[in-house]
Amino acid sequence: MNVIDRRPNPKGKSLPNRQRFLERAKHEIKDAMTEALKRRKVGQNGSGEKVSIPSHRISEPVLRKASQGGKRDYVVPGNKEFVVGDRIKRPQGGGEGSGGKASPEDGGEQDSFEFVLTREEFLNLFFDDLELPDLVKTKINDQDSMQLVRAGYSVAGSPSALSVKRTLRNSFARRISLSRPTPREIAALEMQVKTALEADDAEAAEQSQLALEAALRKSRRVPYIDPVDVRYNRFERIPKPNTQAVMFCLMDVSGSMTEQMKDLAKRFFMLLHVFLTRRYKHVDIVFIRHTSSAQEVDEDTFFHSRETGGTIVSTALDEMMRVVRARYNPDNWNIYAAQASDGDNYTEDSDRCASLMAQQILPVSQYFAYIEVGAEATLRHGYPSAPTDLWRTYEGIAQAHQNFAMRKVADPSQIFPVFHELFSKQRERAA
Amino acid sequence: MSDTALAPAKGLLFEGAEWDFDKIRRAHDAIEEIALKELGLDVYPNQIEVITSEQMLDAYASVGLPLMYRHWSFGKRFAREDALYRHGLQGLAYEIVINSSPCISYIMEENSMAMQTLVIAHAAFGHNHFFKNNYLFRQWTDAEGILDYLTFARDFVSRCEEQQGVQAVEQVLDAAHALMTHGVHRYARRAKANLADERRRAEERRLHSERTYDDLWERVVPKRQAQDGDAEEVAKARAEIRRQLGLPEENLLYFLEKRAPRMEGWQRELVRIVRHISQYFYPQKQTRMMNEGCATFVHYEILNRLHERGLISDGAYLEAMHSHTNVVFQPEYDDRRYNGINPYALGFAMMQDIKRICTLPTEEDREWFPEIAGNGDPYGTLRDAWANYRDESFVLQYLSPRVMRQFRLFKVLDEATQDALVVDAIHDERGYRELRSALARHYDLARAEPDIQIADVDLSGDRRLILRHAAHDGVLLDEASCKAVLEHLSMLWRYAILLEEVDATTDKVLKTHEVAAHH
Repeated sequence: MNVIDRRPNPKGKSLPNRQRFLERAKHEIKDAMTEALKRRKVGQNGSGEKVSIPSHRISEPVLRKASQGGKRDYVVPGNKEFVVGDRIKRPQGGGEGSGGKASPEDGGEQDSFEFVLTREEFLNLFFDDLELPDLVKTKINDQDSMQLVRAGYSVAGSPSALSVKRTLRNSFARRISLSRPTPREIAALEMQVKTALEADDAEAAEQSQLALEAALRKSRRVPYIDPVDVRYNRFERIPKPNTQAVMFCLMDVSGSMTEQMKDLAKRFFMLLHVFLTRRYKHVDIVFIRHTSSAQEVDEDTFFHSRETGGTIVSTALDEMMRVVRARYNPDNWNIYAAQASDGDNYTEDSDRCASLMAQQILPVSQYFAYIEVGAEATLRHGYPSAPTDLWRTYEGIAQAHQNFAMRKVADPSQIFPVFHELFSKQRERAA
Repeated sequence: MSDTALAPAKGLLFEGAEWDFDKIRRAHDAIEEIALKELGLDVYPNQIEVITSEQMLDAYASVGLPLMYRHWSFGKRFAREDALYRHGLQGLAYEIVINSSPCISYIMEENSMAMQTLVIAHAAFGHNHFFKNNYLFRQWTDAEGILDYLTFARDFVSRCEEQQGVQAVEQVLDAAHALMTHGVHRYARRAKANLADERRRAEERRLHSERTYDDLWERVVPKRQAQDGDAEEVAKARAEIRRQLGLPEENLLYFLEKRAPRMEGWQRELVRIVRHISQYFYPQKQTRMMNEGCATFVHYEILNRLHERGLISDGAYLEAMHSHTNVVFQPEYDDRRYNGINPYALGFAMMQDIKRICTLPTEEDREWFPEIAGNGDPYGTLRDAWANYRDESFVLQYLSPRVMRQFRLFKVLDEATQDALVVDAIHDERGYRELRSALARHYDLARAEPDIQIADVDLSGDRRLILRHAAHDGVLLDEASCKAVLEHLSMLWRYAILLEEVDATTDKVLKTHEVAAHH
């Protein structure tokens, strides 16, 4: 008998199978996720996502008998009151069936298939067909974008790149070809001298002594490692095109925004944040919030601090342009922006917004997405009330500029579809 | 510490719930002593492997085999088991045992020592004995070769994926899986498989097809149509072709592998692999109830003896018996938990009953089982049953009136033309034989699965493949799944397919399914 501990074996033996399964059911899973997302909270970490998908694409059909029709019998345990000849109403759905079926695999297939996606799998699938549109301006940087790639061996290099294996291999070959005596051979010769001396055989001792000295001379002449043996790992610097992009997140935190609206806006930006940090390694994110004045803040303040005040939207746009001029030269950077607001603005500011947009921001931006968060109550019943100032202003801009998109969001469940629309690969630019 | 570990108090094999490798070895040796000397079991060498729950889920996913080729359906199975397990809807099996030599039993690290003892008795001796001795396993599966064969299969599939692309391989495997239930030989003996031979033969088959490749054959001109006059000649010729093709053939995968006109070598090999795996599991499907019954009976006997001799404590014994009782629980038909007859319960009850008939028979037993009643050799009788029966014949031979009464079995007749079900037989004098043969029929795979054969193929014409389902008692095929399977079949066959459902007794065609040629 043999007891083997298999617990240390590598985990995830069926991971490749799982990936294949997810790949196959990708379409269904995405649909299911969109459904599931409506119930999901942003930033919900840790546990995976339970999804339930229709099973037809992943069904494994077999030839089997229909569950109804024809003449059949069942043998069933637990008779309490029946005697021969009793008639029983046919149970609905054949619940009583499959009396003595041999294996559970015979049972039918479920209409839907439920399982758990890990957070990683979930996010991968969720962001799968999203991208930043028109990521085109590429600039080859001098420093960051050089990549080291292995390129064989060289005879010169820094000690840290020494290839010990190559070096010793060369040394070994050289020692063999120049017949350098091995330590064992020298030891054997020494032994010969010693035994000859002990045996008082002067002639033999002298011969052995000569041979030993010759061997020692040779081993001094042929060094163990010679500079010609030494090899270094060689790396080549390959310039790697590095796309630089910056995303400006502009959020209205003014007093007219209710808590619920702020929550919607934050949810949107959180999603954007997760998307960018996962998909694009080199995307800078700039957070700007504004009331009647705007300021650039850090991530934490942006998402978590509470501050209220009046509303002047153009201040945020000004602030954005200030940052662009200071740090993000439009020649080198792909500039993106997303703005969330409830649409309230000082009426006299709207014109300024429009001109800022049309003349300064949109010409340097690859893409500008505006989402307007509305109160749930106004939208739930019938049509929303009259369009807000900002919405009207931006509508004109959207018609004139292709790289501007705007959507309304009134409910957490709409965030994900809207996000998808704004960043999907096949985004209709004309919209 | 070391004192108690080396010599547990009062001669106990172990104390406490924690297990270690030493305790497992001690328990195994004590169980082996009882199993071989007192129950007279004959087993393959044992290999016990400790695994985690995650590894257990992995094992579930690859249908309990330690090695398997890659396929999305295993990922699906894993996802389902994983979801059920995580939501606490389903516990994991305590063990999985593989019909191989050495016999590999996987036991879970979460089990307590009492459970490990139970599991070793159950799997490493009960199932192991059954695998080694039952005629179906002896005849159909090669315990020594299976692991090698699976290695070959896995490597072959991954090589194919490299050469042909994952998609193409998946398509063939999907199709073959759909036909898996109809990919077994029910009557002939298949040759033993082993790695070296398989590899050599795969190579030979490939070389042979290369050597005999004939371009002309690929675009053979259709033969001149026969004249009206010699209809008899034509019929004769077709009968001859059918004979040469070995038709009718019930092993659909075998027929495709050998005869499908447009399959490539690697596709045939994939079909062959699926067919072999299906064949490997065929005996397990036919003996599930006996196999579980045998293992349950063996662990029950062994644990009782261990307890009687003071080798395990009362606590450990009660824990094991608690689990045993759960395993052999049979809910009644109107119970929410009812899901068919529990194979553990029926198998165990019948085997306990055989033991009783051998030692303490009643008048009824003497009348029903004259050849074994009171023969005083319960284990010999059981060993004989384990070796020479499958579920169907075992029920037909050994289901006693007493067990039928114990389960309160009754038979219900369901005719689609009637608006109510009729109780046809119950556990009384008049019903015993009827119940017994009806239950035996349910365990007969040849009846539980639809009887489908390849009836004909029009090789001189459009190469349409004609299948025939012999429908018994007017039970037809499930329409949706049948259609899906035929789609898969046509992927392999590449020409049109016709499936006729005919009444088994009258040969009247009840329904036909057709699939157009696949291009």
